[in-house]
Amino acid sequence: MKKNMNKNYFEVLRPGINSTFQDNGRNNFYHIGIPFSGAMDNRNFLLANTISNNGINNPVLEFAYQGPKLKYIGEKISINVTGDVNFKIIRKNKNLEFSCYENIVLENNDCLDILSTNRSVYGYLSIGGTFEVDYYLNSCSTNTKAKIGANKGEKLEKGQIIKLKNIKKILSKNKIEYLNSKIENIRIIKGPHFDYFSKDAINLFFGSEFNVTKLSDRMGMRLKGPKISNIKNTNIKSEGLVKGVIQITADGDPIIMLSDHGTIGGYPKIGVVISADYDKLVQIPPGSKIKFKEINLKDAETIFKLYVMETQNLISNIK
Amino acid sequence: MIKNISNLGDAALYCDFGSEVNKQINRNVINYFNNLRDSNFLGITNITPSYNKLVISFDLKITSFNKLKKKVENLELKKNKNQNYNLIEIPVCCAEEFALDIKRLQKLLKINEAKIYETFFSKNYYCYMTGFIAGMPFLGDMDKSLFAKRLETPRVKVPKNSIGITEQFCNIYTFESPGGWNIIGKTPIDIFNNKKNVEPNLINPGDTISFYPISKLEYEKKYE
Repeated sequence: MKKNMNKNYFEVLRPGINSTFQDNGRNNFYHIGIPFSGAMDNRNFLLANTISNNGINNPVLEFAYQGPKLKYIGEKISINVTGDVNFKIIRKNKNLEFSCYENIVLENNDCLDILSTNRSVYGYLSIGGTFEVDYYLNSCSTNTKAKIGANKGEKLEKGQIIKLKNIKKILSKNKIEYLNSKIENIRIIKGPHFDYFSKDAINLFFGSEFNVTKLSDRMGMRLKGPKISNIKNTNIKSEGLVKGVIQITADGDPIIMLSDHGTIGGYPKIGVVISADYDKLVQIPPGSKIKFKEINLKDAETIFKLYVMETQNLISNIK
Repeated sequence: MIKNISNLGDAALYCDFGSEVNKQINRNVINYFNNLRDSNFLGITNITPSYNKLVISFDLKITSFNKLKKKVENLELKKNKNQNYNLIEIPVCCAEEFALDIKRLQKLLKINEAKIYETFFSKNYYCYMTGFIAGMPFLGDMDKSLFAKRLETPRVKVPKNSIGITEQFCNIYTFESPGGWNIIGKTPIDIFNNKKNVEPNLINPGDTISFYPISKLEYEKKYE
């Protein structure tokens, strides 16, 4: 046994804007008010773990906009970053540039500086090993609202230590070519309160561009555009929500529920984003414009099958 | 019974039990919820009961709307599910510093403070649902004399453990959170325990809640 077995860790020199540990998410607790959480961009989460040769539900470090700056202490370890991310490794005062979607070997005293996501929101750091994190209700996903999951339910903080375990001795050289495509047209299915809105309001909703505002986070994406007026009632009796639901607030603005959303809500639901577009939706940064397009359930199911196949193809191309 | 099942997007069922809010309809919703939890239908990821709706989310990789809809429609409901409900007593301190909206309520309802509390504490409340934030119970029904609108401008931060009322409902803020309900007191008891891995919720849908008043001194003792 090597004596430094448990001595591998990152020191957080800069936490980044919203860096949290995430996995696949937490099933079956909506009824007590605990949202799904989990990695926002599921495909990039899967790719990160697969490139690392990890189990598909291994914890990853998710970051938004500006990522963390981490100093590594320990034996050699492979890491990879997924998403559309600018990062570098500082080794003995030299800046080394690398690409996303390829394993890189980190050495003792290296500094990993995740500078920014490019015209996107989320990126992922995975390691050939496991972040030592707390689990709550079968998941390590951090929910900063309920203060549960990894890191006692908090974002990364400056100066903290992230312990690592099960570091893989064989340093994988896995990589894949992948370009994150962007979308502006979000495909949605009609919601249960579609008829709360006049024909004019519906035409406005599908015919206009909406601005993604800065008041967007893991809980929801707030949009600004023409006001969508309601002809029935701006409130409903509170009821269950799912991620991707588009509620129209009393002010007439759309708000899209994202992975950490409140489990119930009292605004009418005009539509729901199709599952296949969710990963791309969450990556649209504030300041961008989006448009909605209605499709039917059958088409949404077909598009989802294609999305799953595409992800599978990507995974099988990792070498 | 379920009046209609439609799709909520491509990965959830939206079960409609009607538009009214009452205990009988809600018992039906919860009965379905309990039976579905026991059913182990493949692919279900979450089931969310509310006043008169039930949302069932599923993994689209495993099942689909039409497949799951058929299963839910053919679900055989087992009875005697209603026996597990609890009566839970919750102490409430109504000291001035906790009863943030009692003055507003006196004006709005045109009843004095003593009468408001007497009316509030004289009833038991039924838990229709929990959620929005972790563990928050939605309780009813209030006596008609206490029906009050929400605050016009919601508070940015309602203190944790505050008791709020609005229209026919009351609730407990399980975490510090934004909110617009009229705050009438505070409990020293944590309704959601984020250290507990099993049943972190003290109050569950279907339970009955009895509030009782305590003094500031008792509040501080319980808090310790």
